[in-house]
Amino acid sequence: MAGNGKDGKVVANVVKAAVDRYGASQDELIPILNEVNREIGYLPGEALNEISRLLRVPKSHLFSVASFYRMLSTKPRGKHVIQFCESAPCHVAGGREVWIAVKEYLNIDEDQTTPDGKWTLLTTSCLGVCGVGPVMVIDDDIYGNVEPSQVPSILEKYH
Amino acid sequence: MKYYRSHVLVCVDPECLKKGAHDVMDAFQDELVAQGLIDEVQVLETSRIGGCDHGPELMVYPEGVHYTNLTPDDMPFLVEEHFLKGRIAQKFVAEEKAFTDEELSAPTAKEIRVVLRNCGKIDPENIEDYIAEDGYQALGKVLTENTPEQVIETVLNSGLKGRGGAGFPTGKKWEFCRASKETPKYVICNADEGDPGAFMNRRVLEGDPHSVIEGMIIAAYAIGSNQGYVYCRAEYPIAVKTLRIAINQARSMGLLGKNILGSGFDFDLEVRMGAGAFVCGEETALMASIEGNRGEPRPRPPFPAVKGLFAKPSNINNVETYANIPQIILRGADWYASMGTEKSKGTKTFALAGDVKHTGLIEIPFGLTLREIVYDVGGGIKDDKKFKAVQTGGPMGGCLPEAYLDLPVDYEAITKAGSIMGSGGLVIMDEDTCMVDIARFFMDFTQDESCGKCTPCRVGTRRILEILERICAGKGKPDDIETLEYLCAQIREDSLCGLGQGSPNPVVTTLKHFRDEYEAHIFEKRCPAKVCKALIRYEIIDGICTGCTVCARNCPVGAISGERRQTHVIDPDICVRCGICKQVCNFNAIVIN
Repeated sequence: MAGNGKDGKVVANVVKAAVDRYGASQDELIPILNEVNREIGYLPGEALNEISRLLRVPKSHLFSVASFYRMLSTKPRGKHVIQFCESAPCHVAGGREVWIAVKEYLNIDEDQTTPDGKWTLLTTSCLGVCGVGPVMVIDDDIYGNVEPSQVPSILEKYH
Repeated sequence: MKYYRSHVLVCVDPECLKKGAHDVMDAFQDELVAQGLIDEVQVLETSRIGGCDHGPELMVYPEGVHYTNLTPDDMPFLVEEHFLKGRIAQKFVAEEKAFTDEELSAPTAKEIRVVLRNCGKIDPENIEDYIAEDGYQALGKVLTENTPEQVIETVLNSGLKGRGGAGFPTGKKWEFCRASKETPKYVICNADEGDPGAFMNRRVLEGDPHSVIEGMIIAAYAIGSNQGYVYCRAEYPIAVKTLRIAINQARSMGLLGKNILGSGFDFDLEVRMGAGAFVCGEETALMASIEGNRGEPRPRPPFPAVKGLFAKPSNINNVETYANIPQIILRGADWYASMGTEKSKGTKTFALAGDVKHTGLIEIPFGLTLREIVYDVGGGIKDDKKFKAVQTGGPMGGCLPEAYLDLPVDYEAITKAGSIMGSGGLVIMDEDTCMVDIARFFMDFTQDESCGKCTPCRVGTRRILEILERICAGKGKPDDIETLEYLCAQIREDSLCGLGQGSPNPVVTTLKHFRDEYEAHIFEKRCPAKVCKALIRYEIIDGICTGCTVCARNCPVGAISGERRQTHVIDPDICVRCGICKQVCNFNAIVIN
């Protein structure tokens, strides 16, 4: 039975598209996992099964890779993913206060997803845009010089 | 050949076209004919001069005058003023843009820009901009005039060392890889710049990607490789995008692919993105990641030059190392070796961060002292506070105190002082920084990023962090310092890779230079810098407090009590040490003890 991922995408189709794009070889594994993770929002077991079949790579290896990298997730994530920079330059520029404001607004902690499935809150390593810290990334949008008071208006832009 | 005394470049990018750039150009040429100047002034189309918001716009050379806000009706005036009478038409001159680049400002007197020379100056998405700045000339020279051995000799003579941090001579590395008999060979660029606060490589990839590509092609020619990879961290999506555009452009111009510049030499390049793992900056972990595995390091030897990617000989250098290569080839090894110190040649990029006035990227010749970097290049400490320490080399580096301010910065001196050069992060810390807290912060990072393969690093960093957390929480034990020293020595000795071996460095160096702060935390339960929350108390000074109630009204936990016009009191058991009361007090009546 075909499972559905984010926005009703069929997992098997997403996997096939990614494998076709990069080629069915083990050294293309991380690009493939990245793409499937981006399209579906995480790496469901069904996707790993399918990749394992197409690449002829054991599922145990796929799981070991998928669980190693911070940006890959084997757990479902919310519709929107917030990545908050936890590095020193952002920390000293007032990042801690913004971090608290985000957690309070969403009423969740790090690595958690809101009950309605809308938001997942993660921390990220340095994004290299330290000149405009504190920095957070929502999906693909980067927000710099964030102040605690701006948090509600930034998050309200996402539906 | 026809000579013109003046060249006019009219911007015809879509935005200016929409605003009528072609109408302005036609009117301009008509007017040149009318005033009899058409044989003296050449009019060319160009893209993006930088003032499209106020387009149509044009640039006049040799003066380099930039005119904006033009309409066809202005042309008779402009032609008469500028081209007939030779006066600059001030009312159309573009306003000088205020420098808004927070990362990279104009170079200060002590800087020399080699790697960063094109950043912010050229359009990174247009290969012609790079070519106009002597781009790919070094490649042409190498392919037509030099043997691979000569290239390696030039790089050796330049004294260039690996800019990723370890400082291994680049020419030597190339020589080893060239000597490996097995084929195919790979050229890899390490663009997994993960040190917090360091973004030199990102800036080069986003601002001047072709300098890295050209450096890699030259390296490939030198070692005899036909395939290269750039491994870029996934946190840098714009760098990846820019690099891909640049690679495609280079390919379409025959600078990558088969038979480069008709020389018979083939080389192609692929970008690989990481997926968020700091340890992938370690070269063996990076190669494991390209192969589609967990990014875990493996023991060396064998070194990558013998058995690297896909178990084939591989040369792996950092972004900055490759970006130096074209300039070294073009301007010669002697020129490069003329900069720097006896053993560290050339320039190095750094990211200045922390409590310094001008944060951002700098590029300096080796040999400048830390004092010159902090005070002359960085403008001194913020709010004119006192310098306390500088942290070099990222999470595996160390903290150097004031006594080292006159240390000339090069690989040897920094290593001798107990820290490392690293990729180039410099975090400047002022007197309000708690060194125990800083050590805790870095250990928190390394224990989180430890890949978990070897026990000393996986468990050891965790234990160090637990002890530091306890000390910061006011629960330090008398033998903690000895335990820390023992753990640091063990981890350094027994870890598998550079990440593990270097991870105790922040603790080792702070213990060495700021031992008194550890002792104050442990024995006196006191944080001298007044940072560690469990060891400080906010108190209201009787006599200065006017009883205005501002602090009590702003306290988020209701820890402050007192009648209006009476001295207020903070209950330390309720207080969460958020510091809001101190911020809102108009009379500076609140102190930290």
